[in-house]
Amino acid sequence: MSMSREEIREKVIDITCDQLQVSREQVKEESAFVEDLGADSLDIAELVMEFEDEFDLEIPDNQHDILTIKAAVDYIAGKTGEK
Amino acid sequence: MPDASQRRVVITGMGCITPVGNDLDSAWKAILEGKSGAGPITLLDHSRFEVHFANEVKGFDPTVHMDAKEAKHTDRFVHFATGAAKMAFAASRLADRFHPDRAGVVFASGIGGIKSIEEQYERYKTKGPKRISPFTIPLLMINDAPGQLAIDFGFKGPNYATVSACSSSVHAIGLAFRHVQWGEADVMLAGGSEAGISVLGLGAFFNMGALSTRNDDPAGASRPFDRDRDGFVMGEGAGALILEELSHARARNAPILAEVLGYGFTDDAHHITAPDEGGEGAARAMRRAIADSGLVPEDIDYVNAHGTSTPLNDRTEAAALKSVFGPDLGRASVSSTKGHTGHLLGAAGAVEAIFTVMAIRDGQVPPTINFHTPDPECDLDVTPNRPRRKEIRRALSNNLGFGGHNASLCLARFEN
Repeated sequence: MSMSREEIREKVIDITCDQLQVSREQVKEESAFVEDLGADSLDIAELVMEFEDEFDLEIPDNQHDILTIKAAVDYIAGKTGEK
Repeated sequence: MPDASQRRVVITGMGCITPVGNDLDSAWKAILEGKSGAGPITLLDHSRFEVHFANEVKGFDPTVHMDAKEAKHTDRFVHFATGAAKMAFAASRLADRFHPDRAGVVFASGIGGIKSIEEQYERYKTKGPKRISPFTIPLLMINDAPGQLAIDFGFKGPNYATVSACSSSVHAIGLAFRHVQWGEADVMLAGGSEAGISVLGLGAFFNMGALSTRNDDPAGASRPFDRDRDGFVMGEGAGALILEELSHARARNAPILAEVLGYGFTDDAHHITAPDEGGEGAARAMRRAIADSGLVPEDIDYVNAHGTSTPLNDRTEAAALKSVFGPDLGRASVSSTKGHTGHLLGAAGAVEAIFTVMAIRDGQVPPTINFHTPDPECDLDVTPNRPRRKEIRRALSNNLGFGGHNASLCLARFEN
């Protein structure tokens, strides 16, 4: 199963909207989870968990640089590309 | 009357979400009309259970009271707590007329977020430990309700939850009253919430032999003090009250609904789930509540009984009532509103205190519904099936809980 970057991006945005209960119009590729979308540390932990679940991968706890939609998409695209 | 040196505490707002109505006016109307909220269970797959009905809250949308993200990260019992508290706060017209340090919250639940525990345990079993939600602890903890309510209203004073099974919210109201009476706060939000209709809740209460199995007649199943009662009916919901120091309430021309006079808390020290059948512990709680209020039993016009519809509770409570008020109860009218609502467990005390205030306000003793056959073991006049007009100046609201807890609250019509 390989997904295009665009498909990954759409799925990341879907998950983010659902987890953070924000509307799709609020979310852009450069949106930061905390500053722009109102997430706190528990939200981030749950969001990462959902990404792991949905993309079937492990995101190590030290991935503190996944702060934006773009960073999440890049990380996931890199990981799923390795498979 | 209370010691003149003590601060007086009045109720200036009330709100509730119950199986017979999702706001105070509709719930009280159903109580006076004798309507039951019981029906088939919709909250879980009950096909493998022996009990197929409960008193569920119906048509409830938490996002009416909180934003969608907050609703997602809080348990159903906190949804009910928030809804009831926001209605109480609005009714009090308190707005911003309080000092944050002088306002607090004591909010109860008997069980807390049991549905959330079940859901997260299921995630652990199917997906492993890394999939347990980081929100699990706030979702399940009983003090999530008072914590969330502090944020909602900006109340920065005393804040905690009380837990004593089915007497939990009487403890909450009593202690909130004391915080105001003793000058630790001017405004306290008090109440209780419960959402325990879950596979563990339903299965465990059934296996204890506590639940009615009258599956062919849900609306007639909860029948407090009736000879043919066979257990309680699980209920859910929340009740919330704003307690306020009298001069604080007067200074802002607040609606004064009733006065809190006192409470009595005791324990049977007998058995963890079965009451001490002589009713001695429950009687001591009522006597303490009356004495704490500076009254004598003859002053009490109405008692909202715990009256769960279990064989043991109602028999025990009847003995307690007779020992306090005499074999014919003297002037005290008695009823249980659990025939309508089922048993709201940790929310029961708050919802029933609210109904007691409404009884005082309207001069109406609410009926005990589904009462058909007197029980020689609890031969009381329990105001069967129809409400009764009566001037009510002072009333008790009783709740008795697993753990041997007995709690009685004394409420009064506000008089200068």
